[in-house]
Amino acid sequence: MFIKQLSVFIENKEGRLERVTYVLKERNINIASFSLADTAEYGMLRMIVSDPDEGIRALKEEGFSAKLTDVIAVKIPQRPGTLNKVLKILHDAGLSVEYMYTLATAGKDTSIIMKASDLTKAVEVLTREGYELCKAKEAYELNNNGSK
Amino acid sequence: MIWNESKECMSRDELHNLQSARLKKTVNHVYHNVEFYRKKMQQMGLEPGDINGIEDLHKLPFTTKDDLRDNYPFGLFAVPQSQVVRIHASSGTTGKATVVGYTRRDIEIWQECVTRVLAMAGIGPNDKIQVAYGYGLFTGGLGLHYGAENLGATVVPMSTGNTQRLITMMEDFEVTAIACTPSYLLHIIEVLEEAGKIDRVKLKAAICGAEPWTENMRKEIESKLGLNAYDIYGLSEILGPGVAADCDVHNGLHVYEDHFLPEIVNPDTLEPCKEGETGELVITTLTKEALPLLRYRTKDLTSISYDPCPCGRTMARISKFKGRSDDMLIIRGVNVFPSQVEAALLEMGETSPHYIMIVDRVNNLDVLEVQVEVEERFFSDEIKELEKLNKKISSVLQSTLGLSVKVTLVEPKTIARSEGKAKRVIDKRKLI
Repeated sequence: MFIKQLSVFIENKEGRLERVTYVLKERNINIASFSLADTAEYGMLRMIVSDPDEGIRALKEEGFSAKLTDVIAVKIPQRPGTLNKVLKILHDAGLSVEYMYTLATAGKDTSIIMKASDLTKAVEVLTREGYELCKAKEAYELNNNGSK
Repeated sequence: MIWNESKECMSRDELHNLQSARLKKTVNHVYHNVEFYRKKMQQMGLEPGDINGIEDLHKLPFTTKDDLRDNYPFGLFAVPQSQVVRIHASSGTTGKATVVGYTRRDIEIWQECVTRVLAMAGIGPNDKIQVAYGYGLFTGGLGLHYGAENLGATVVPMSTGNTQRLITMMEDFEVTAIACTPSYLLHIIEVLEEAGKIDRVKLKAAICGAEPWTENMRKEIESKLGLNAYDIYGLSEILGPGVAADCDVHNGLHVYEDHFLPEIVNPDTLEPCKEGETGELVITTLTKEALPLLRYRTKDLTSISYDPCPCGRTMARISKFKGRSDDMLIIRGVNVFPSQVEAALLEMGETSPHYIMIVDRVNNLDVLEVQVEVEERFFSDEIKELEKLNKKISSVLQSTLGLSVKVTLVEPKTIARSEGKAKRVIDKRKLI
């Protein structure tokens, strides 16, 4: 039920972001979705990739501080108010969201990737309300049209 | 004005005799009252009777900051605690502070020395002086304070930390002299300029010290404030501020040789340097009671001149400092050793021990940035956790160093490793 998200610590320095994507490209790893949080001095790049285990190995070899974190991806329809509904369910269950971003699925329903304060409980309340969660494999392979 | 002409202008022959008599007394004092020195001298086969004058100074053992640390806190004190009326402390090379003590007589001599400095700067009973060094364990505040009171000047004990209040009182009280670090004075100048008050200032003298500064800084301070700026030198181990200071001639700092016997030695061989040659300043105290020190290695690099000074004082002059023979940094008047940062990081155990210290001067104030590598095992992908780590490191460093520190987290293995001595400090301040 959980998806392995690849997170990398990146200093705000020229070329670092390029280096991360280069390392992944070299291993033929696709980035299905990502979010970049930035502060004055550094950034945190969080990614859903086609092969998280290989991705973290590659980044570590390059000397990056990287880690795999469990997250969930909740499928929601692309309509006004649907995100609010999901958040209300979590809020009512006393859960907080550490961060979230979208896993784009061109046109159709979308998925919201999130890290909640208690992931197991989040899965529990969301499935009880009828929400479908993206399977790990499914998420890794999204938006991947293979290498040219 | 010359505060104590009979001492400050005494002939070199008279001074030689006075120093010799005082050195003999000091050697006797430490031999009989400080186990550390007695053992050291015995190991060297030396007895107090072997020292007959300052010609025999070279026979005596050296003392280092490490000796003070090893005998923390009071091991080198030469009088019973009942005679100690004051304690001060400064940073040591690792966690432990360097602790110094004073008898009532030591305090009197200290204020006499500071009074000489202030008089040399033309300050007198009709002046109002703001002492804007930190008050407390640091010797700067109280050292200047007592000296200025002894002179009969009106002391405004500002301490540091509230520049707005300082400039308000400077104007309202018509303050005529200020004592603070040169970098703080440059900052005060900026604040005065911003407030449009720089022309209303009535300052005629500034006594600046506790950190190295250049001739250009002096010129800038003097031209912006229309005053004379004087350099005061000291270190808590020997006294605090007032060991030496410069006169109107501004060609070196007169050492108060009737109380402190200076030598310049090669920091590697410890052999004496020739007059005018640069080496490490070594000082033997001649009148200290609570903490007399033999041949204390200051690690400050300078040269000495015994040429007569046009001001009439006969006391030797040391040149403006040319650096240090160890890795101590002076940041906003606070002594900082890279080893303190390392020890604090290791003790905290939540970061890698790889760090680099970057010292810069922004708006005329020294700032210390410490870059620390984010190690994988302490790494979280939540920004708030990283910010928490950052805050924790900076508060630990701040309490260790007594100085606010900006901490920057950097990627692992980006701080250069080197075989042998790692480069831990980048000092961007252009001082010397």
